[in-house]
Amino acid sequence: MENNGKEVRIGVYICHCGLNIAGTIDVKAVCDYAQTLPHVALARTYKYMCSDPGQEMIIADIAEHGLNRIVVAACSPNLHEATFRGALQRAGLNPYYFQMVNIREHGSWVHEDRKAATEKAKDQVRAAVARVQYHKPLERKRFAVDQSVLVVGGGIAGITAALEIANSGKHVYLVEREPSIGGHMAKYDKTFPTLDCAACILTPKMSEVREHPNITLWTYSEVQEVAGHVGKFQVKVRRKPRYIDEELCVGCMECVSACVYKEPKFEDEFNEGLGKRKPIFMPFPQAVPPVVTIDPETCLKFKTGKCKSPCATVCDRKAVDFSQTERIEEIEVGAVIIATGFKTFDATRLPLYGYGIYANVYTSLEVERLVNSSGPTGGEIVCRNGRKPKSIGIIHCVGSRDKKTNRWCSRVCCMYSLKLAHLLREHTGADVYQFYIDMRCPGKGYDEFYERLLDEGIQMIRGRAAEVTDWTMTPEEEGKLVIRVEDTLSAYVRRIPVDMVVLSVGLEPAAGADEVRRMFNISCSKEGFFLEKHPKLAPVETATAGVFIAGCCQGPKDIPDTVAQAGAAAAHAIALLDKGFVEIEPNTAYINPDHCSGCKSCIPLCPYHAISFDEQLKKARIDEALCAGCGTCVAACPSGSIIQNLFEDDQIFSEIDEVLSHV
Amino acid sequence: MPEKPKIAFYWCASCGGCEESVVDLAESILDVAGAVDIVFWPVAMDFKVSDVEAMPDQSILATMINGAIRTSEQEEMARLLRRKSQYIIAYGSCAHLGGIPALANQFSREQILEYVYKQAPSVTNPEGVTPQPRFSDNGHEVTLPEFRNVVRALDQVIEVDYYLPGCAPSPKLLAQAVGALLKGELPPKGSVLAPDVALCDECPRKESKPTEVSFKEFKRPHEVIADPNLCFLAQGLICMGPATRSGCGAACITGNMPCTGCYGPPSRVRDQGAKILSSLCANVAAEDEAEIEKILSTIPDPVGTFYRYSLARSLLRRRVDLK
Repeated sequence: MENNGKEVRIGVYICHCGLNIAGTIDVKAVCDYAQTLPHVALARTYKYMCSDPGQEMIIADIAEHGLNRIVVAACSPNLHEATFRGALQRAGLNPYYFQMVNIREHGSWVHEDRKAATEKAKDQVRAAVARVQYHKPLERKRFAVDQSVLVVGGGIAGITAALEIANSGKHVYLVEREPSIGGHMAKYDKTFPTLDCAACILTPKMSEVREHPNITLWTYSEVQEVAGHVGKFQVKVRRKPRYIDEELCVGCMECVSACVYKEPKFEDEFNEGLGKRKPIFMPFPQAVPPVVTIDPETCLKFKTGKCKSPCATVCDRKAVDFSQTERIEEIEVGAVIIATGFKTFDATRLPLYGYGIYANVYTSLEVERLVNSSGPTGGEIVCRNGRKPKSIGIIHCVGSRDKKTNRWCSRVCCMYSLKLAHLLREHTGADVYQFYIDMRCPGKGYDEFYERLLDEGIQMIRGRAAEVTDWTMTPEEEGKLVIRVEDTLSAYVRRIPVDMVVLSVGLEPAAGADEVRRMFNISCSKEGFFLEKHPKLAPVETATAGVFIAGCCQGPKDIPDTVAQAGAAAAHAIALLDKGFVEIEPNTAYINPDHCSGCKSCIPLCPYHAISFDEQLKKARIDEALCAGCGTCVAACPSGSIIQNLFEDDQIFSEIDEVLSHV
Repeated sequence: MPEKPKIAFYWCASCGGCEESVVDLAESILDVAGAVDIVFWPVAMDFKVSDVEAMPDQSILATMINGAIRTSEQEEMARLLRRKSQYIIAYGSCAHLGGIPALANQFSREQILEYVYKQAPSVTNPEGVTPQPRFSDNGHEVTLPEFRNVVRALDQVIEVDYYLPGCAPSPKLLAQAVGALLKGELPPKGSVLAPDVALCDECPRKESKPTEVSFKEFKRPHEVIADPNLCFLAQGLICMGPATRSGCGAACITGNMPCTGCYGPPSRVRDQGAKILSSLCANVAAEDEAEIEKILSTIPDPVGTFYRYSLARSLLRRRVDLK
């Protein structure tokens, strides 16, 4: 075997890894065996190959013994492949003249029989020695990073991340699906445990976003298509027509007053359907951008064409534009932060709690709007039957910690239930009962808040509520809703009559999360929340380089955690942009144009959209910058015309042949 | 007048189609006959084995052997011709890759003899006689070649210099090969004498193949009236073209039948069947495992479909539990 006219000289190093490997595998025997293999110039063992002395040994041997291929039998290449490649590079050898053998995770850690484990390690080493002879020198490629970031989702996570990045001097495109940014937080009245007014702390940040010179804000818009890779994503954003020129509208609301509908008539999404809005509306007074939107589903002009459109007439800035159409914006960004949030559990899925059946059963999010002074009732707690409640039951874990619906704990419901209990009591003076499985209040000042609520006289009943019913059994229950529950602390079944029931609904992946996941090529855990790269050490990174996640799209969390995560995601994006370039591993695939028959079999298979069809040559072509080296096309190419660096047929087959030559 | 180069043709386990393809040279066969001496061609001329044995070693310039190797006689003849020839050319799919006869590698010798001589509906054999290598009657011994347990491609028995692929090879490829032989302009030893690019390259329907082809079911040619202009794969018909060498001029496609893979894989592919399988299966549009099963069940004979000509030379070669 020759290498550019030079004899192949392989150095084999067997690591003890303390006793991690040497405890189960006879390292000396493996080393002696390696010495007998063809082209092996020298074989050594060392206690910790990854240590500085271990690496220095390789570097010295390369110089002294003229080694031109290195095999290290140690742990997983996930851990130290880069370490040893670095050593080869420092020794002046191409770092890809290297093969790592995993005799720890694939050997000593999973075997007990010392003799058999040692034999297996020999097989693995023999295969690597055969393979490394076919290795070729490869170069890592560098690509410039585009100096802007896309943030998807304009809730508190997206707002925080966008501001952090914009303040560092980078450009941000903030894309929000709804007409205004603010997300769920904008709907809340107060925040736990400090009882800060949510709007008071959120709206200044929303205004800052609007005024920031480094932020391009696109509301009422959705990401439609993503291509490219870390450092250079090509993104298409669909901007839905709001029939209002955003540049001209100042949010004076004259048009809303002028609408032919004198009274609001249509369900108001922002108020969870508890209030009404007109076809032309602003979702809430502090909306950002402060512009109105026309809903073509309800506007007479769109439905019948017979409206005189007083809204357009009254607008002296001529901002109403019925001819507006959907627009597609095309941008290039270096990094992406996904902060698409959550949706709350649909309480109609648990009919035993009577939501949608009994008028006075509310979800917690509806109650947030009821207690809010800018909500549909101006902050007054009036039930759907027009009465003020004297007793209120709050049922925890609706759509959380429940095998029938969602198995997971939604983390925020205990705390927001306490907050709502406090606010409801403050607004109405009613008796408030909490039905809980157990109270989960970890967090700064959280347990203290719980204690404060106990002091305020909230009734705590431990037990998962069984049912909400209007079937009364006593005169006191007449006209009320009865919550049936096993009080597990006093060990008997109780019936608690209340005027109003609040269901503390859990958090679920947002509508469309699956679409977002596919578009950005990231994974999700089984419940549908986006999957982080590592649950502890890479909580805001994803398996796709350059795509970060923040907030509840990753899993249920409260506002402080969301803000912290958004900051972390922003820091990652800024670091990536500041570095200015990305390097890609050379384990990419390429097509030999003389061999390709142009059968197109590979094109739809590429998960990274790296393969295109060259209409002139009638052959497929791989964009190396997009290729992530997954090997799908290589395996599927029916004429064997796609080759993947580091995974060439000669390399793989020589490895297989040697593993299978075991006698 | 200098002696003309000597050429021989021989057949092993084959159908005779390859012999026909030599005759398919039409008038140009006269040019060939004028340029060479055909010293051995059992199908067309009367020669004895002893004539070949009498020839000096290496005296034949090239021998084209078609057919797979199934019997001891075929092995013997292949070895004899190897010794007498400078070049051995594996002629046609069966010599090249095992061909259709090699599909028998899914069954044992006993199973085959049992079926063919006893169970086949058209057989009457009340005494259950099966062929034996040796038989003596009245002091006379009769021998038959032995029927081996597996079918092999030619290069699994003797060293082969070149391959002419196809079932049968196209006259054009044969003429080119003979021309190259006579001029001494031969490619590296071991070459397949056909273009090393897949059939789609020369397919007249190439343009009609969409970028996204996905399969909800596979259809068989007799089940549909195929569109004469649209890529077969786009019609749900299995076409081996993407995994098969070109050089035939897309003959089957022109006759509105999908490619069945007789030219074998390009040089870069070790297993033609596995390659087309991984390509087609990657584009099966199924939501779950049950649907995958359902779609794949529309291919009733996967080995006969994907390994029709190449089983002997594939990674599979034969059933492992043949007794």
